[in-house]
Amino acid sequence: MERREFLKLTAASGLLIAADALPAQASGAKELPPDAVGLLYDATLCIGCKACMVSCKQVNSQKGGALWSEGMTAPPYEFAGGAQIWDAPTDLSGKSVNIIQLYRSGSGTAKDDPSGYSFVKRQCMHCVHPACVSACPVSAMKKDPRTGIVTYDKDACIGCRYCQVACPWNIPRFEWDQAFPQIRKCQLCRHREEGKYSACAEACPVGATIYGKTADLRTEAARRLALPAGSSTRYPLGRVDSGRFVESKVARYEQHAYGLHEVGGAQCFVLAGVPFDKLGLPQLPEGAFAAKSETIQHTLYKGMIAPGILLAGLLFAAYRSSQDHE
Amino acid sequence: MSHEHKPVGGPLFTRMFAIALVFAGIGVWVLARRFMYGLGAVSHMSDGYPWGIWITYDVLVGTAIGCGGYAMALLVYIFNKGEYHPLVRSAVMTSLFGYGLAGFSIFVDIGRYWNMLNVLNPAYWNLNSVLLEVALCIAAYIGVLFLEFFPTFLEAKGGPGAAKGFNKIMFILVAVGVLLPTMHQSSLGTLMVISGQKLSPLWQSGLLPFFNVTTAILMGYGIVIFESYLSANAFGRPYETRILAKLAGVMPALLGLYLVVRWADLLMRGALGSAFSGVPALMFWVENILLVAALAMLAPAAKRASGKNLCTSAFVLLLGCSVLKFNMYIVGFNPGHGWTYFPSVPEIMVTLAIVAIEILAYLIFVKKLPVLPAPEHA
Amino acid sequence: MKCTACQEVDSGGTLGSGLSRRDFMKVCTAAAVYLGLDASFGAQIAEAAAAKRLPVVWISGQECTGCTETLLRATHPTLEHLILDLISLDYHETLLSGAGKQAEEALEAAMKAGGYVMVAEGAFPTKDGGVYCKVGGKPIVDILAEAGKHAAACIAIGSCSSWGGMPSASPNPTEARGAGEVLKMKGVNIPVMNIPGCPPNPYNFLSAVLYFVTFGKLPDLDDKGRPKFAYSRLIHENCERRPHFDAGRFAEKFGDDGHNQGYCLYKLGCKGPETYNNCSTLTFGDVGAGSWPVGMGAPCFGCSEQGVGFTVPLHSPARLVNVTPPAFFSPIDGAKGGGVTAGAAAVAAAVVGAAVGAGLATSKKVGEVEEGKGK
Repeated sequence: MERREFLKLTAASGLLIAADALPAQASGAKELPPDAVGLLYDATLCIGCKACMVSCKQVNSQKGGALWSEGMTAPPYEFAGGAQIWDAPTDLSGKSVNIIQLYRSGSGTAKDDPSGYSFVKRQCMHCVHPACVSACPVSAMKKDPRTGIVTYDKDACIGCRYCQVACPWNIPRFEWDQAFPQIRKCQLCRHREEGKYSACAEACPVGATIYGKTADLRTEAARRLALPAGSSTRYPLGRVDSGRFVESKVARYEQHAYGLHEVGGAQCFVLAGVPFDKLGLPQLPEGAFAAKSETIQHTLYKGMIAPGILLAGLLFAAYRSSQDHE
Repeated sequence: MSHEHKPVGGPLFTRMFAIALVFAGIGVWVLARRFMYGLGAVSHMSDGYPWGIWITYDVLVGTAIGCGGYAMALLVYIFNKGEYHPLVRSAVMTSLFGYGLAGFSIFVDIGRYWNMLNVLNPAYWNLNSVLLEVALCIAAYIGVLFLEFFPTFLEAKGGPGAAKGFNKIMFILVAVGVLLPTMHQSSLGTLMVISGQKLSPLWQSGLLPFFNVTTAILMGYGIVIFESYLSANAFGRPYETRILAKLAGVMPALLGLYLVVRWADLLMRGALGSAFSGVPALMFWVENILLVAALAMLAPAAKRASGKNLCTSAFVLLLGCSVLKFNMYIVGFNPGHGWTYFPSVPEIMVTLAIVAIEILAYLIFVKKLPVLPAPEHA
Repeated sequence: MKCTACQEVDSGGTLGSGLSRRDFMKVCTAAAVYLGLDASFGAQIAEAAAAKRLPVVWISGQECTGCTETLLRATHPTLEHLILDLISLDYHETLLSGAGKQAEEALEAAMKAGGYVMVAEGAFPTKDGGVYCKVGGKPIVDILAEAGKHAAACIAIGSCSSWGGMPSASPNPTEARGAGEVLKMKGVNIPVMNIPGCPPNPYNFLSAVLYFVTFGKLPDLDDKGRPKFAYSRLIHENCERRPHFDAGRFAEKFGDDGHNQGYCLYKLGCKGPETYNNCSTLTFGDVGAGSWPVGMGAPCFGCSEQGVGFTVPLHSPARLVNVTPPAFFSPIDGAKGGGVTAGAAAVAAAVVGAAVGAGLATSKKVGEVEEGKGK
């Protein structure tokens, strides 16, 4: 066989392998881990008191917490303006991994009304197929195989911020003002002792944020969405299975539990009376973007077969050409 | 073969050198502040735009410019077009600088640089990560480029013929040096796939790897051509138009293929709806107009015979491909919620410093080492 | 027996209770301010108050007499100054010196004279013909209706007479109702003003009375008949612990660190967010800041608010009737990140310009050399 023919064949087969193996679907949908836990946030119950923010910052400034740093003497407060009176973060940041935001339509005064106002809580969604975990080159972002909590390990992290590029909700935040920066994000208070759970859920006075097994939270969300607006029901406080309740009127819900299907689903959900995109929760497809990225990579590099074949062809061509030049 | 290359000679401290030195100095000062006070103190990168011009220009465009070696190796050693051989060494050198400085840019851009070696530690590897593959390939490729350039050092020390033994295994380096950029340049495209709808549909596509690798190859040829004329002007050497014209002959097909696939992809995805309002739309048209213009200037054989036209078309091609890469990473990237990004002045200064250091290195190497072809071989 | 309190005021200098003219002016000026009027109205109030004493008939239903007792806490005017100098209290079961038949005759005489303001205290039971509260053998609901027929207006003091208050708490065995509701039931159509509270701040009552004396009409009322100058704002809107609510600092248990540091009492069941009143701004007892329930560390239970006080459990979380979020709430879409600065734009333009220029200059030179052939 002539060398020219061989080269053509090599190239063609390489391309064919790539094209053929690219499946129409994204690579395997991930399953929910057995003890998956998360949060259910109900914007219609939220009164915007921000007890969750205070509690989160306090608890996560303890050793091992999401906001902890060696040698810190106080929680990382963010002061607005000169008088350092109270913590007033304007967004998630390297100092705040949980935040309550306000949506307001003009001077709207009706709560949970699209032409009025609503609160929304933002923190890591602890996705089923996390983009940050897929993206991180050094496995600093990992998904716990048992609880599904997406954890961050600063000792592995190189600070490349690819996780920030990847997250569809822009959750991971970077310490831009530090000489030795970290990525910061909610880790569902996994550092707390046995028996304790997410501080935000623990602090919420009205049960707007509750913690629990993802499966149970899904059930609770579905239960609420099925209730007629104006009826009365008991809302759990703290944990979905705490046994403590507060009786309240059911608001008119947007008929969708946000986080159930978005980009492969998450372990944290949001219910609201206002369209989710108004709350900064964008409409996202059901397929995880990470799955698409992984599909391309694995198709091209699975077992290094394609690169191996290509290399073989290149070695041959280069060798022959170097002989020609002798 | 080794008689073909000679140091250009001449004084090192020219005006160009001095200017480059000044810019390099400013960059070093900004970087000192970066390391003391954090990335936020010198750049406008933010949680919405975690990657700015340091990644986009210094790494993405910079390595594409550094694909001269890759592009030439493909032609000379894989497709056995030995007549282009005189161009190889300077292409490899430019590649070495481009990739080396890209590596340096990565070092100053990443936040936890002291953990950088984790990337080389299999215990930390996440095999799903596109960025891991990019990092490993680039690291390996810098090594390969250095080794490919090594004969130049050997000849500078021991005269022509000193590299004869080394050249025997060169074919292995060449093969690997074609494989690696193919892998990581396509992966530099794949990097943005995971950003999903944060990247405008004008660029977000499963074909991003194809777009990035073909434009990287095109930029490789482009820089070889443009740099040849730039260098000839600077050192008063004769132009290499004859050989460059032949080289340019391979480009229209590849550029044409790229444009066809790009537009077919846009039309099939119905993405053109986004092409008519906003700054990204404007930059989309700038990108495509530049590339089509480059094609128009390169396609006719008669045009390729003109040195002026070759030079211009190479430059336009470089510009167009660079705009594409800026669009892919910054202009088309929109995390929503009011985030904006434009580089700060210190940030731009660092990028200029990287370019200046590259110029400084080029001047030193070209004047002191046998890199450029000896004039009688042009 | 005629009430010894009914006499004309000595307009010369000191008034009956030993208050100097200057102090009296201060009282009237203060009253004007409480009413939300300009201080200059003080003179008008003084004039009106000193001119003629308003006759008042005070009907008491299912009451604890706390609303009368709250007037004891007033110092400007004091209760004795009120009843001796400003009004002519023709009938009041607690304060009347007489009793029995003599007291009832006083009431009849006042009703015959007419032109009085009726003050109602306590709730009025309507079940079984009103037998659950009788005075002198007559159901109090009938007495109220009769007295109301000849009255110019009715001022319901306290939550009980405003909307039923404590006696109306579930299961409301006596079907206790507010004075206004009972009057309507009995077909008595006089203007009714409610001053709810348990007890209400005495100055809410006193200011309203002085307003009536001065202007001959009731002040602006809201849809529940409450004067707007006192009941137009939620406790939550004027509470001194509001910053703690906004910052998420709550007392979790009575006596814990948060409680000791004066944190917000929302989690202990404070009904401030759904209660309209001015307790937080006016406070009680004229003893300084913080002298109101929340200031003492006791969560407000919405005593003045129908549907909240005596209805909703003490420690269940309040419903927020409206929310005026403070300015520093994080907005969903704010301008964020490092945008373009003039300097950066200029530098970037210069760089791009220089690069393009250099490229074109290179080509140009190539062209020139090619044309000139050899340079």
